[in-house]
Amino acid sequence: MADLSTDFLGIKSPNPFWLASAPPTDKAYNVERAFKAGWGGVVWKTLGEAGPPIVNVNGPRYGAIWGADRRLLGLNNIELITDRPLEVNLREIKQVKRDWPDRAMIVSIMVPCEEQAWKAILPLVEETGADGIELNFGCPHGMSERGMGSAVGQVPEYIEMVARWCKQNTRMPVIVKLTPNITDIRYPARAAMKGGADAVSLINTISSITSVNLDSFSPEPSIDGKGSHGGYCGPAVKPIALNMVAEIARDPETRGLPISGIGGVTTWRDAAEFLALGAGTVQVCTAAMTYGFKIVQEMISGLSQYLDEKEMTLGELTGRAVPNVTDWQYLNLNYVTKARIDQDACIKCGRCYAACEDTSHQAIWMKPGRVFEVNDAECVACNLCVDVCPVEDCITMERLAPGTVDPRTGRVVEAEYGNWTTHPNNPAAKAAE
Amino acid sequence: MAADIYTPGVVAGRLDAETIAANFADLHPPYDGHEAAVAADRCYFCHDAPCITACPTGIDIPLFIRQIATGTPEAAAKTILSSNILGGMCARVCPTETLCEEACVREAAEGKPVEIGRLQRHATDTLMAAGVHPFDRAAPTGKRIAVVGAGPAGLACAHRLAMKGHDVDLYDARPKGGGLNEYGIAAYKTVGGFAQAELDWLLKIGGISVHYGAALGRELSLEALRDSHDAVFLGIGLGGVNALRVEGQVTEGVMDAVDFIAALRQSGDKTDIPVGRQVVVIGGGMTAVDAAVQAKLLGAEQVTIAYRRGREAMSASRYEQNLAASKGVRLMFNAQPEALHGSGAVEAVEFALTQSVDGQLRLTGETRLVPADMVLRAIGQSLDGTPEGIALAGGKIAVSGAGRTSVAGVWAGGDCAAGGDDLTVTAVAEGRDAAEDIHASLLG
Ligand SMILES: Cc1cc2nc3c(=O)[nH]c(=O)nc-3n(C[C@H](O)[C@H](O)[C@H](O)COP(=O)(O)OP(=O)(O)OC[C@H]3O[C@@H](n4cnc5c(N)ncnc54)[C@H](O)[C@@H]3O)c2cc1C
Ligand SMILES: Cc1cc2nc3c(=O)[nH]c(=O)nc-3n(C[C@H](O)[C@H](O)[C@H](O)COP(=O)(O)O)c2cc1C
Ligand code: SF4
Repeated sequence: MADLSTDFLGIKSPNPFWLASAPPTDKAYNVERAFKAGWGGVVWKTLGEAGPPIVNVNGPRYGAIWGADRRLLGLNNIELITDRPLEVNLREIKQVKRDWPDRAMIVSIMVPCEEQAWKAILPLVEETGADGIELNFGCPHGMSERGMGSAVGQVPEYIEMVARWCKQNTRMPVIVKLTPNITDIRYPARAAMKGGADAVSLINTISSITSVNLDSFSPEPSIDGKGSHGGYCGPAVKPIALNMVAEIARDPETRGLPISGIGGVTTWRDAAEFLALGAGTVQVCTAAMTYGFKIVQEMISGLSQYLDEKEMTLGELTGRAVPNVTDWQYLNLNYVTKARIDQDACIKCGRCYAACEDTSHQAIWMKPGRVFEVNDAECVACNLCVDVCPVEDCITMERLAPGTVDPRTGRVVEAEYGNWTTHPNNPAAKAAE
Repeated sequence: MAADIYTPGVVAGRLDAETIAANFADLHPPYDGHEAAVAADRCYFCHDAPCITACPTGIDIPLFIRQIATGTPEAAAKTILSSNILGGMCARVCPTETLCEEACVREAAEGKPVEIGRLQRHATDTLMAAGVHPFDRAAPTGKRIAVVGAGPAGLACAHRLAMKGHDVDLYDARPKGGGLNEYGIAAYKTVGGFAQAELDWLLKIGGISVHYGAALGRELSLEALRDSHDAVFLGIGLGGVNALRVEGQVTEGVMDAVDFIAALRQSGDKTDIPVGRQVVVIGGGMTAVDAAVQAKLLGAEQVTIAYRRGREAMSASRYEQNLAASKGVRLMFNAQPEALHGSGAVEAVEFALTQSVDGQLRLTGETRLVPADMVLRAIGQSLDGTPEGIALAGGKIAVSGAGRTSVAGVWAGGDCAAGGDDLTVTAVAEGRDAAEDIHASLLG
């Protein structure tokens, strides 16, 4: 079995699977059972300032999107940071870290944007023996109305400033948790790095309304007939999170900055994808909230089987896909493919036909007997037929061998790589040497 | 002239080899990858799942199904096999409709459980096809244990002991191992020589020396085994057959269902297995159903299962009953055999019709004559000879705890031991648990 042990900023954990800062990490009772189930670490539910505890709504705080069989695809919440007294959380963090020394214990913090507030809480957290802190600059609802959470995370200057305060006032590694509710994720990541942060974690939740009740006309979840936007998470957000992680991993300014990947991780496969795009650990929230702590067992067995099959170490997986993430302008325009329909596998539903016919290409013929064939003279290789086909591997994309003629363009397929930067149609093209 | 389904008497070759092969094909063909993914997707990953409790070996079913769903059937197989080393056979033969699948919350909600058995098969078949044995032996303990009987109970016990680092001598009276996996289970549940393939795969753990043709009470004595080994496990099954008490001395055409099935299981293309034109099977359990269905598949024209009580009391599940009916077997309830008629070979069975009144079986006074040229007895198996000095309970070996018998250093499990259902999966659980107990008591 592959070795899954992880060293992230010097913080050791038996595997890269951490629970994200959220209700599953809100108390010792949960965190201890999570560790028993096998989780490698946790980011404790965000702590706020000392003083009167946070107040949450007393009606529904979650909304959801489901598949037809009620598989939960996306979750939305309007919960705030921990609503338990600070000293209770600190006492429990200390006890759990003492009892589980081999697991990563990160404490998430969100206090007002004043140096004094951070100076006050950091020694208290440090005293628990926690391995590191995560600055919650991500929460998009409630706390942001009070100038915290994503209200900070959306202003790179604030991120840099708070990160610097933290670095100056604690010896603990500092992870900055980023909000996706921003136009270009590289700016806050660069700011975190400038402020001296040791790592970034992302994504926090995405501002969203999951649905509207068409009888009461209230957004869901509805609190007495009114709703507020919440934070979206779960499987649906994974593609957005993957892109943001990749953007930071390949940005020349932040390259090498450690990343803890978050957003829709539900299976070992999701986790492996985050790792391949440069994450050193992954954090999980919705999947644990949906299925319970036990899911980590599948993540552990799946990732180690994958690494064994690939004869790869965890370190070798991390970042492996990053060099393959590039800009559109560098994609090989001489890579010419055509859709191929496997007539033996085809069940004759005609979805590929509808998709291609009603999209701009009209490249699939429907012949007598519901036989569907690709017209290479029209096929632009868009992949839509592959994506809508209900039978896996029935339609595949096959590359035209260099030297053959593409019947659509009438041009000979070139063997050499050629991209937009050198393409004759590009007014800014540099002449190929 | 070759025989056909109308040829009177007990004859072989009523159907050609091709038809028989088609008849005996896999009852539940294996899933392809896509079907498995769709089936796995239906699992809710229930908390403290009722299916786990319903499985006698306690397999972590939601976990293995999730592992299938995420494209790692090999990891799923390991989850299965770490609880149940014969998870491959159990996937084929367990009456899931009364075990895990009956407990599935989808069964309660929609009457359509997650198909746990077929998913289990998908996982274990994938691993075995790769020829992987996913377990290693612990450091040698220097202990040597005798396991008598290479059926499911003995195999599960031997494997777990070998895994714990003990050396095992595995004895069986028959020329092949597997027990009823090899000689009893219906052919269409375990096609393609699976029982022997699984046995070979299981033995890959190492440390198990097999000795076939070695019977307790013949080549072996319990006393000698206790002297030569640190512990003894008995998994000898039920080798005897209950007697049918009826009038008439007719014997020709009358046989035990288990012998009929054993011969059939050992035959190649089964064209050499004689079967009657009109077959009557007496009994109400899985053996009765298997004998009847297989007689029909061999080309018997009419096959009747006669059971002395009502349908509800039949130990074969409703699923098994429906399987029999779908193959054209007639189910006759409340019919108690009274006499075998015939001059020379059997010609008919006479039944007294019964009625259940306040739980008591009463004769109605009516009788019925069912023509038969073959009668298969399937009214239960019994312990065949008691090993020296061992206490019995209800005709089986008395056990306490994890299979401890009345004799120190001797454990028993599976069909031969009292308690538990007579099922493959129960035998596996008992063999495994006895091994853990033997291990604890030897190293404790
Ligand atoms: C026809 C039939 C169909 C069945 N179908 C199903 C089914 O579909 N599903 C299901 O779950 N269960 C089924 N069962 C029940 C299941 O087969 C048994 O419960 C299971 O095999 C019991 O395992 P065991 O190891 O205790 O005994 P067995 O499988 O009977 O194995 C005992 C072994 O001990 C050996 N042995 C016996 N005496 C001695 C001796 N004196 N010395 C040395 N070796 C000895 C035997 O040769 C045999 O190999 C069926 C049973 C029968 C008879
Ligand atoms: C109910 C709920 C409460 C959350 N609370 C916090 C929080 O207090 N601090 C924080 O940094 N993130 C919080 N999050 C965000 C998660 O940590 C995580 O970033 C996000 O849910 C994306 O991961 P997922 O798709 O695995 O759920 C919360 C999420 C949920 C669903
Ligand atoms: S999940 Fe628990 S706390 Fe939430 S509504 Fe249901 S019962 Fe109440």
